[in-house]
Amino acid sequence: MIERFDPLKGERFQILDESGSVREGLEPAVPDGELRKMYARMALTRAADVKALKLQRQGRLGTYAPSRGHEACQVGAASALRAGDWFFPYFRDLGTYLTLGYPLADYYHYWMGNEAGLRTPDGLNLFPLAIPVASQILHAVGAGMAANIKKLKIAVACSFGDGATSEGDFHEGMNFAGVFKTPNVFICYNNQFAISVPRSRQTAAATIAQKALAYGFRGVQVDGNDVLAMYTATKEAAAAARGGGGPTLIEAYTYRMGDHTTSDDAARYRAEDDLREWERRDPIARFQAYLKKKGLWTEAYEKEVQEESSALVEKAVEDAEARPPASLDDLFTFTYAVMTPNLDAQLAGLKASAKGGSR
Amino acid sequence: MIMTMVQAINQALAQEMERDSRYVLFGEDVGRDGGVFRVTDGLVDQFGPERVIDTPLAESAAVGAAIGMAALGLRPIAEIQFMGFIYPAFNQLISHAARMRNRTRGRFTVPLVIRTPYGAGVRALEHHSESTEALFCQIPGLTVVVPSSPYEAKGLLVASLRSDDPVIFLEPARLYRAEKQEVPEALYEVPLRKARVAREGKDVTVIAWGAMIPVAVKAADKAQAEGLGAEIVDLRTLSPMDAETVLASVTKTGRAIVLHEAPRTGGLGAEIAALIGERALLSLSAPVLRVTAPDITVPLPKSEDYYYPNPDRLLRAIHQIMEF
Repeated sequence: MIERFDPLKGERFQILDESGSVREGLEPAVPDGELRKMYARMALTRAADVKALKLQRQGRLGTYAPSRGHEACQVGAASALRAGDWFFPYFRDLGTYLTLGYPLADYYHYWMGNEAGLRTPDGLNLFPLAIPVASQILHAVGAGMAANIKKLKIAVACSFGDGATSEGDFHEGMNFAGVFKTPNVFICYNNQFAISVPRSRQTAAATIAQKALAYGFRGVQVDGNDVLAMYTATKEAAAAARGGGGPTLIEAYTYRMGDHTTSDDAARYRAEDDLREWERRDPIARFQAYLKKKGLWTEAYEKEVQEESSALVEKAVEDAEARPPASLDDLFTFTYAVMTPNLDAQLAGLKASAKGGSR
Repeated sequence: MIMTMVQAINQALAQEMERDSRYVLFGEDVGRDGGVFRVTDGLVDQFGPERVIDTPLAESAAVGAAIGMAALGLRPIAEIQFMGFIYPAFNQLISHAARMRNRTRGRFTVPLVIRTPYGAGVRALEHHSESTEALFCQIPGLTVVVPSSPYEAKGLLVASLRSDDPVIFLEPARLYRAEKQEVPEALYEVPLRKARVAREGKDVTVIAWGAMIPVAVKAADKAQAEGLGAEIVDLRTLSPMDAETVLASVTKTGRAIVLHEAPRTGGLGAEIAALIGERALLSLSAPVLRVTAPDITVPLPKSEDYYYPNPDRLLRAIHQIMEF
C-alpha cells in the first residue's frame, strides 16, 4: 500500500480525512477490539500528558516535553509492532511508551528527576529515550544489524523529530541502514518545529520521506494525525523489515500542539492561526468521529475511557511520588560493572558529608 | 611465539572471536584490507563478512551502531582508523556508551571495545599522530587502556574484550612493529585497572604508558649508568587508574615524574600529580615533574621530533628532580 504513495509527487498516505471519513478502498481490516484499544491508548496518552503539565506547574515534575498532537503517530505506529520487535524512542514519545506497555509511573518517575524511572522493565524491548537529537537512530541501526547477524525476524523501530534530520547521525544512520539493508522502521514525527525553527529551515527538500530514496530504500509521507494510516504504514514497513525487505522511512506529517518543553513559549514563534487550524485536525477527535460512524463510540463509552484513563493516571502519580529518591549508592554503582577504589572513596566521602561530616 | 604487537592484537582478536560468537568486529577497511596497519588481517576469511564487517566511512555510526548491537546481545569491537578521527564519535561515547548502564540502572550495558591507533612517531600525515587520551579519561563509565608491548597488548585486549564496560583501547602506532616479544599462544588476561612496575629503581618513579614506556626505559638505562635508579610504572589502564601502585612506588622513591606525549595542560599528568600531592605529599623529596608534549597542535612529521618527549628530555628531568 505505502508503495503507492510517492513522496516525490507530493503524495501523502491518509486513510481518515479530517472529518473521520474513510477514503475509499483504504480502510484496513482492524478488529473492533483493536480499534477501541488504540482509541483508549490515545486518550490515556492525552490524559497522562495533561497531567504531566499540571504536575510540572505545581513543581512536582521537572522540565517536560509534552506530546499533545502526537497521539496518532505514536499510538498508531507502536500498535503495529509485535512481540520481539524493538523500539528506540526520542524524548517526546509518551504514546509509544504507553502503547508498548511501559509503566506510566516509571515514566513520571523519570521526568520527576530519577534515573530509576528510565529502567525499562525486563523483557520489554524498549531502549531508553534519547535526549541528544538523532543519536538514537544509530542505535536502532546497530540493533538492526544485530538482528541480521543473528537472523532474527524482527522489526526495529526508531522515532525522531524533523530537526533530527539535519543532524549528521541521521545521515550516517540512513546510509548504514541502506547499505546493510537493516530491518528498521524509521519514524520521523515531522511536527513542523524544532523548538522554534520551522521545518522549512531544516531542509530544502519538499518532504522528509523522499530522503529515503537517496539512501536506496522506501520512504512514505503519512498523515501523522491519522492513527489508521500510521498503523497501516508501520505494519507494512515492519512486515517488510521482518521479511528481509530492508528499512523504510515514514514521515509522520503532524503538529506539535504544545510547547517544545515546559521551559518554552511557542507563542514567540508560532502563529496562533496555525495552532487553531491544527486543533481542527486533532488526531483523537478524528479517530473518535470514525469510531462513531462505525458504531464503536458512544458518550457512555467515552465516559468509561476517560474514567479509566484518569484512574490510571492518578494511580501512576501516586506510585511515582511514593518512590524514594535514588540512594547515594545508586548514583555510583551503575557507573561501571564493578566499582573502583576511587568511586568507593568518593562515595564514602559523600556519605560522610551527607551525615554532616567534614568531607 | 615471538611476535610484534600487530600480530599479538590480531591473535587476541582471532582467539576471542573463535571462543565467543557474540563478538562482531567492524570499521573502515577492517575486512578485505585487514585494516590499514593489517591488525585485522585474515579475520574476515576466518569469521566471514557477517562478523568482520567493512562499514561505510562514518565514525559516529561505528560507535552508535555498536550501542544498538549490544542491546541485542552482541559484543561489538569497533575500529577507528586513527585516534585523530574519533572525534565525530564523541557524542555517542560520552552521551550514550559511557552512561547507558547508569541511565538504565543496569538494564542496558555497552560491552564495546573501540580499538584505535594513537600517537606520534610514525611520520604520518596530519591528524594521524594524536594522543588525546585525557579527553576520554574525563568520562565516567569509560575504561581507557594502553598497552606498551606485544605481551601486554594481547593480555590487555583480551581483558578489555571480556569487560562489560565500554573500553577505549589505544594502540601505540609507534610500537606496532617496533619490537618483537615472546607472546604465549594460549589466551590470557592482563587485568584491567592494574598498573605494573615495568622496571624497579630506588631513586625516582617515572609514570608512563604506551609508546612512552620504551622512552622511559632508554632514559632509565642512561640514568643507571650514572648510578641513578629510575623505577618505571606502566599505568596500562589510564582510567579507572590504579592509584595504589603509583603511590606505593612514589612512597618508596620519594620522587615522581609523569611522562606523556599528550599536551601538558589538563593532561593525565596533572591528575597523577594531584593524586600524589593529596596522598603521598610527605613522602616526597621534590615536587612532581611532568615531561610532556607542549600545549601546541601536533606538528607535521618534519617537526615532530621537537614535540614528543624523548629519553634525553626525561633524563634532564631526572637530573632536575634529583638535584632539587
